Amino acid sequence: MERLLQEDAIIIGRLNCDEFGMGSSNENSVHGKVLNAADESRVPGGSSGGSAVAVQANLCTVSLGTDTGGSVRQPAAFTGIVGIKPTYSRVSRWGLIAYASSFDTIGIFSREVSDNALVMEIIAGHDKQDSTASRKMVPAYSTLLHFEKRARVAYLKESIDSPALQPEIKENTLQVLEKLKAEGHTVEEVQFPLLKYVLPTYYILTTAEASSNLSRFDGVKYGYRSPHAHNLESMYKLTRSEGFGEEVKRRIMLGTFVLSASYYDAYFTKAQKVRKLIRDFTEDLLNKYDYIVLPTTPSTAFKFGEHSGDPVAMYLEDLFTVPASVSGVPAISIPNGKDAQGLPIGLQIMANAFKEAELYAFAAYVLKLNP
Amino acid sequence: MLDKSIKDTYELVIGLEVHAQLLTKSKMYTSDSTEYGNLPNTHISVITLGHPGTLPKVNKRAVEYAVKMGIACNSEITRRNIFARKNYFYPDLPKGYQITQDKGPICVGGVVPITLPDGTEKEVALTRIHMEEDAGKSMHLAGEVDTLVDFNRAGVPLIEIVSEPDMRSSEEAYAYLVEIKKLVRYLDICDGNMEEGSLRCDANISVRKRGESAYGKKVEVKNMNSFRNVARAIEHEFERQVLLAEAGVEIVSETRTFDATTGTTASMRTKEDLNDYRYFPEPDLSPVVISEEWLQSVRESMPPLPRFLYQKFMQTYQLPAYDAGVLTESKEIALYFEALCTHTQAYKGASNMVMGPVKSYLNELTLSIADFPIPVENLAKLVDLADTGKVSASVATQRLFPTMLARPEVDPLALAQELNLIQESDTASILPIVEEVVAAFPDKVAAYKGGKKGLLGMFMGEVMKRSKGKADPKVATQLLTEQLEK
Repeated sequence: MERLLQEDAIIIGRLNCDEFGMGSSNENSVHGKVLNAADESRVPGGSSGGSAVAVQANLCTVSLGTDTGGSVRQPAAFTGIVGIKPTYSRVSRWGLIAYASSFDTIGIFSREVSDNALVMEIIAGHDKQDSTASRKMVPAYSTLLHFEKRARVAYLKESIDSPALQPEIKENTLQVLEKLKAEGHTVEEVQFPLLKYVLPTYYILTTAEASSNLSRFDGVKYGYRSPHAHNLESMYKLTRSEGFGEEVKRRIMLGTFVLSASYYDAYFTKAQKVRKLIRDFTEDLLNKYDYIVLPTTPSTAFKFGEHSGDPVAMYLEDLFTVPASVSGVPAISIPNGKDAQGLPIGLQIMANAFKEAELYAFAAYVLKLNP
Repeated sequence: MLDKSIKDTYELVIGLEVHAQLLTKSKMYTSDSTEYGNLPNTHISVITLGHPGTLPKVNKRAVEYAVKMGIACNSEITRRNIFARKNYFYPDLPKGYQITQDKGPICVGGVVPITLPDGTEKEVALTRIHMEEDAGKSMHLAGEVDTLVDFNRAGVPLIEIVSEPDMRSSEEAYAYLVEIKKLVRYLDICDGNMEEGSLRCDANISVRKRGESAYGKKVEVKNMNSFRNVARAIEHEFERQVLLAEAGVEIVSETRTFDATTGTTASMRTKEDLNDYRYFPEPDLSPVVISEEWLQSVRESMPPLPRFLYQKFMQTYQLPAYDAGVLTESKEIALYFEALCTHTQAYKGASNMVMGPVKSYLNELTLSIADFPIPVENLAKLVDLADTGKVSASVATQRLFPTMLARPEVDPLALAQELNLIQESDTASILPIVEEVVAAFPDKVAAYKGGKKGLLGMFMGEVMKRSKGKADPKVATQLLTEQLEK
């Protein structure tokens, strides 16, 4: 924000999101839910749903959000706009309320790829307040949008063949791949056998980190403290039981469980190893190919309440966005037409770590090719 | 009370965990001041308080201090350091977790040589030394219903020095603590003050039958605020555990607290309700890599260590172990003694001078050696005066030394002449006094000749009195004996 203000950006307001960035539908916000401007009976996606709709509804040119497992890309897909998750560590996390520290990134929503790139080149870069922020040079992304090379593009068999994938999304995704082929780019199907492990890995590691990150909300120093507490233990229990929402409590409990002594190796240690496998596999793939293309989401925006009784169904919404989060590589969601009900479809493009410039250029190119 | 012969069939096994608060100006993960004794909650930034959105950053100086301790203990230094979160809830822990090191501590292994009161030397092996942050302080004030928390101490850097279960008596534990304190003070990384909490010690204590190789169930004892209390707690636990073992009661792994007024320990919590700290790698800090250059620069900045000086004082200066021990208790004294020895060859005399009058002067006025008024060259001259017999040892320490404190720039020889304190060691000047004394006490001379040899002291005293302390005692003794034996 400071870097944007220094560039004379005009900040017009704060936007709604799921509590602590935990949610895929914006139904977990204490401020109430954000409605999708394409169909007000449907979710805008989450967690950064407010940021997505603000751009969708033309309230602003650009908005910021956080993307831990897809919280920028999925709402961008549901609202038919552009949303990027940069490489992990590309943008400082100082000031970002942590959900899962080793996954959290700051993403950008916009209508145009060029606006998005311009904001990224300002907010990215090292920050002495965040020792994990990368020291790599930040290219002037907005000046590097011209694309004319022959790209090597991979698409994931498991995503296209997924039984959960809405047929129109599959169709639109394949159409883009055909157009790319027709333009002379290399387009090949690859297998990503680890895809089925991506979600469990993600939920084990992010909830573990979240359970620790959210310990500070204990009623001692700031924030809510239960008025019913009568001693230390009841202060902790009541404050946290009354203060946190259902989804947040579910994840704290899950995270505490996977870190507990008896289950640590079975869950946390194993998930760390699997994360490394997924990361290595993705990097290998992105050394062979310039881009991986896949749908951003398995379905278009669903109705409010559709998944709220079934957290696992809700978690499955993140299936295609989570691989980039687990690997730490950048990924962008761009509009890719609409389904039969007129709901926006998103196309996701992944590139290797710190290849944001190439990602933006290719995204702009695909949008031109597939208006 | 336990029969000693039964107690002797058991072996005491002790491992110590020592927390040392590092003397950095700022905290472990923020730039907040570490100054002690300020008004509560005056050194607390948003990072110390763990506000949402804040991130820690590692204090390089604290890392350097930990490396120094590792080098001093011959530990292996870990080049790529990662941090870990230790999760638990307590009001004085702002983030709900402590940033510490779990797997991969900065120093692995190492050894601390100790010397027991009887002169026995022993080596205590270290398991590890790791870096972490301190918690705040909970305060329960009189008349105050609520607990108050002062976060000034929260985030102050600590190293935890963990020993192997290598100690076998409270004396060994005591000697180990003395050595650790000496080391951290030599290195200038901790003030070593246990009463004020800048050095804290937890003891892991177990017993086993002599000759057994497996360790018994260990009990952890906390809340001992002095070396002596650590020793008392260990003694108490030894008795308690042997009594339980003898009664056939199984010893439980538990944490016990020491009560200094009764000298006993009481159970705090058992293993079953121990916290599950859910350690995991701290994702908010990138690894701290210690480069070869960095390590080298720390090595070059190392002061001489107490062990080194101890050996040197015995070998180079031919001092007794006792002297070497006393002189190396503090780095400042040891270095002062070294400086003194560049101006005099009378090493034993110099040692006596420093251990005696110099140290008691400093202790009396609670001064450090840096404030000692007499220039080292002049003190060396005083040592030489006594050594060559120009003045007697007692005149040097009791007359000249106090006068020099008031007039530090004056040459001691000139001062001795001015005060007429030059020792008379030529027979010609002492003999008349001796004869005078022998003549003055005919009955005592007879008694002496009759076998009461102890009277020599009385004659000597008289000679010294009449010579105003200037007679060389050696010469005077010789002359006296000759006269008396005639």
